[in-house]
Amino acid sequence: MDTTVTTGTEDGVWGGGNQPLGASYGKMMMWFFIVSDALTFSGFLVAYGFSRFKFIETWPIADEVFTHVPFFHGNYPMYYVAFMTFILIMSSVTMVLAVDAGHNRKQSKVILYMFLTIIGGAIFVGSQAWEWATFIKGDYGALETKGGRILQFVNAETGKRAALADFSQTLPEDRVQHQGYNGIWYQNEGSRTSYSLNEVVEGFKSSPNILIRTETINEEGEKTLLTRQESLAKLNEAVYVVEGANLIRNEYGSRLFADFFFFITGFHGFHVFSGVVINVIIFFNVIIGTYEKRGHYEMVEKVGLYWHFVDLVWVFVFTFFYLV
Amino acid sequence: MGHEHKLEIFRGLLKFKSNTQKIWGVLIFLSIVTAIEVALGIIKPEFLTKKYFLGMKLLNWIFIILTLVKAYYIAWDFMHLRDEKSSLRRAIVWTPIFLVSYLIFILLFEADYIYNVFKDGFLAWDF
Repeated sequence: MDTTVTTGTEDGVWGGGNQPLGASYGKMMMWFFIVSDALTFSGFLVAYGFSRFKFIETWPIADEVFTHVPFFHGNYPMYYVAFMTFILIMSSVTMVLAVDAGHNRKQSKVILYMFLTIIGGAIFVGSQAWEWATFIKGDYGALETKGGRILQFVNAETGKRAALADFSQTLPEDRVQHQGYNGIWYQNEGSRTSYSLNEVVEGFKSSPNILIRTETINEEGEKTLLTRQESLAKLNEAVYVVEGANLIRNEYGSRLFADFFFFITGFHGFHVFSGVVINVIIFFNVIIGTYEKRGHYEMVEKVGLYWHFVDLVWVFVFTFFYLV
Repeated sequence: MGHEHKLEIFRGLLKFKSNTQKIWGVLIFLSIVTAIEVALGIIKPEFLTKKYFLGMKLLNWIFIILTLVKAYYIAWDFMHLRDEKSSLRRAIVWTPIFLVSYLIFILLFEADYIYNVFKDGFLAWDF
């Protein structure tokens, strides 16, 4: 018949049987995706660098922002992020072991290692959710000036940061939260802060041991501490109380800092999440013996490539967000 | 599958008996590098934070170099680029390196320019 498709030429050069790069179609496409995704992440991280170089003298210091470890109180800069990094590298290792077991056609080992990889990924995503929750909640609180700069508070006696609750007064004032059903249509304010601006200002005036810390980084690499006199003068410029972080303002410093934090770690977290989902699918495929029937475990290898890529991106996010 | 694995790292300084052993070896190496990074980040030795090279603290240069070292071992041993054909490896590695270096160069210069405008120009933003 004329319409019969011949299959005899597939091994020839012009039939597409040639593999100059020695990689299968699926693997090539995974690499295509990874390279383009790497460029996307580079775009984000370089944009972060751009904003940071723009405000090089006032950018928040990461050590002072990420100081929390779950179930422990106190100041532990970076330990938890280091733990998260280790978890992700560890789950990368179990993934390579799964790929290696796949090469050797050991189904039960692939299942075990894929399972461990999924657990590692879940721990990482959970940790990141916790990190976000802590970041959004905040712990000290700050004031914002008219120009959008953040003023933080320090106890002059101990030299440690002072929270708003440490010195703010409770004044007999009462203000109702503005909600959508009263006043201008469908315009409501976000959640109220625990202290009003007036309460913070009055509290500051009556506690002589509290000083203001501005965003500016001095030559020692620390935030500038104002004297009591300067602090009182600076206090007049405050217009908002800021607690925690949202996409508009955050108590840590430059507004862009929180925006980039949410955007970059969020985008990475989404990658980890989808990686876990894909791993789960492949995990079940391994269990029901799909690749055993197919005769090879290349699918595990392709998913592995994606998983390692997520790990690779985290290594960069870790450096540029938490270390540098 | 009959895949050949190259079982040596550090340019042949360290040889492993099996692929599994190599994986654990690389894990140990990556963990050590991460531990060094975290320790440096917490201690912040003064001789590294006071010295500048090309406008950046020496400590930050160390962090970036260690990151690239980690990235190299993740890509070469975990993503087994070491076992791929060199043409595939080069296509994957040099394309982003070229594009990203260009992006970094152009954006950081621009940012520095804006920083100077904010600093010296007649523009108030820190109030």
